[in-house]
Amino acid sequence: MRGAGVIWNLFLSSSRLQKKRAVLTIAAIAWGSVALLLLLAFGQGLKDQLSTANRGMGTNICVLWAAETTKPWQGMPSGRSIRFLPEDVALLQERVPLLDGAVGEFVTWGTNFTYGKKTVNAQLIGTEAAYGDLRNHVPAPGGRFFNGEDVALRRRVVFLGGELAHDLFAEADPVGKTMLISNMPYTVIGVLEKRMQMGTYGGPDKNHAVIPITTFQAQVGRKYLANIVVRAADPAMMKTAIEEIRKVIAAKDGFDPEDERALRTWDTVEGQKVMRNILLGIQMFLGIIGGLTLMIGGVGVANIMYATVKERTREIGVKMALGARASWITAPLLLEGFAYTIVGGLLGLLVAMAIIIGLKFVPTEGNEALQFLGKPTLSPAVGLISAAILGAIGLIAAYFPARRAAGIDPAQTLRYE
Amino acid sequence: MNLSLARTDTAAPVAAAGAGVIAMSGIKKIYDTGKVRVEALKGIDLRIGTGEFVAIVGPSGSGKSTLMNLVGCLDTPSDGTYLLRGKEVAGLDKADLARIRNERVGFVFQNFNLLPQITAFENVEMPLMFGGVARKERKDRVKALLEKVGLGDRMEHRPTELSGGQMQRVAVARALAMNPDIVLADEPTGNLDTSSGGDVMSLFEELWQQGRTLIVITHDQALARRAGRVVEIRDGVIVRDTIA
Repeated sequence: MRGAGVIWNLFLSSSRLQKKRAVLTIAAIAWGSVALLLLLAFGQGLKDQLSTANRGMGTNICVLWAAETTKPWQGMPSGRSIRFLPEDVALLQERVPLLDGAVGEFVTWGTNFTYGKKTVNAQLIGTEAAYGDLRNHVPAPGGRFFNGEDVALRRRVVFLGGELAHDLFAEADPVGKTMLISNMPYTVIGVLEKRMQMGTYGGPDKNHAVIPITTFQAQVGRKYLANIVVRAADPAMMKTAIEEIRKVIAAKDGFDPEDERALRTWDTVEGQKVMRNILLGIQMFLGIIGGLTLMIGGVGVANIMYATVKERTREIGVKMALGARASWITAPLLLEGFAYTIVGGLLGLLVAMAIIIGLKFVPTEGNEALQFLGKPTLSPAVGLISAAILGAIGLIAAYFPARRAAGIDPAQTLRYE
Repeated sequence: MNLSLARTDTAAPVAAAGAGVIAMSGIKKIYDTGKVRVEALKGIDLRIGTGEFVAIVGPSGSGKSTLMNLVGCLDTPSDGTYLLRGKEVAGLDKADLARIRNERVGFVFQNFNLLPQITAFENVEMPLMFGGVARKERKDRVKALLEKVGLGDRMEHRPTELSGGQMQRVAVARALAMNPDIVLADEPTGNLDTSSGGDVMSLFEELWQQGRTLIVITHDQALARRAGRVVEIRDGVIVRDTIA
């Protein structure tokens, strides 16, 4: 307790500010802090945006395609085509309890969509009502995705991708309007809300249209599904779920369950894991660059502290002669170095916050690069990491000059020559 | 005269001589830089009793300053034994030496060595702070000391606002703050004009009469003459030791 009081008194009495030098040093620390905070904040924003975009297609889903067998199995040759039938979806739901959802997709390419005098060529999908949730087809306000009743009653209703809707209806609200799909009238019941989407198969969701599976079968008359989308109840169990799916389909269609190429899969859980690691790597990289910039500020602090120690050598010698302990010499110097670092760091935080808040007002609509980069976020993690780096640099920068001060020999400095 | 500041453990200045504040025997100090080996002190035997006023004289390079550093525990001898009021100092570490300097030695320097950015009061207070004296007692002691050296009206002045003689009197007050066993002065009048030098000398004499043990390193014949004992050093050995 006494030691702390003495140190505080010494700190207050010894820290005459050398204004110009102090201002420059604090500016250097502030600059470094701004760089560190902004880089980390941009990294955080990028991470948030990318993981949102990554989940755009749906969370914890896996897409399955039936292909050709590549291994002979129980007397049958390789090279046989596998096909998904609508009843396979029900089979998977029944046999693989790890799944909490599965839907099949019928697909036609190059379907004509007509409204008024405008005709557009796009992809048409026929599927179950559960698709809306599984594949993250959130309707824009005023619309809805089709439901079980629409499917049961084989209603001619359509849910449009945002860009497709814009191509056909321009600025008008499509919901409730009647349009033609392959010259058959359909009522538009919803439009896909604008969202970021990174992964696609068969093109981005904003360019396609979705109708009830029963309507599709009646109007287009397909037998085989293009693919099946499944969702795992627990993302950690996705791998196991896929293995079980292979066994079920292999048993039904008669192929080797080890034949991975007969059934192709796209496991987005795995992809998201990889993405997370890449993003973590990017953030670390940005943090290191920011830290290096801040280190230059730290060199400034070390510099000013060395100068201070040199200037006060005699003073330090006098204090030692009067019986000051080594810690009473070093601790006030450490405090002084810390004071520069903290003041600079707080200034940097203010500037970084101002920049980040200012960026919120910059429009990013319509520019994909800006959509990914233009949302820097100061998360608690960013704050903690920055504070830790700043603290470490301040401590190191003040430690070495303080150690030099403690090594001063009073007998040497008190000589009067 | 304010007798409350006189030491109470001594009866009379000269009668107590021999009680032994300092007992050095066979003290050597060797500076060895690897290439050059300088033997600054070549075996010093010196006993100083309580209440003595000793002047240490000698030409430049004789080893006076080295001896003062050793006596003041700013440095440790290469060889020999040094008992400061019966306690061996030779083998102590830095922290112990710092405590001994704080509690037992009061320094007065030629160039005053006051801290320039704090007031006279705070300068005198500093060793008390290091010594862990409570705030209230610190204030009282500092006030009494500055009044004793005739600077009761200059307490809030910074060293730059004081004359040389006043600065040296502040330094004497600081040296007395912890009520040390010895007051060690290195050319205390060296940077002063005759008049203020005379004031400081009178102050020293007064302290001596109050029973303080004083060791003064000086070129100043006038100051040396006032001391009760003159020790002359030449080339690292004591060549003369006379009691007036």
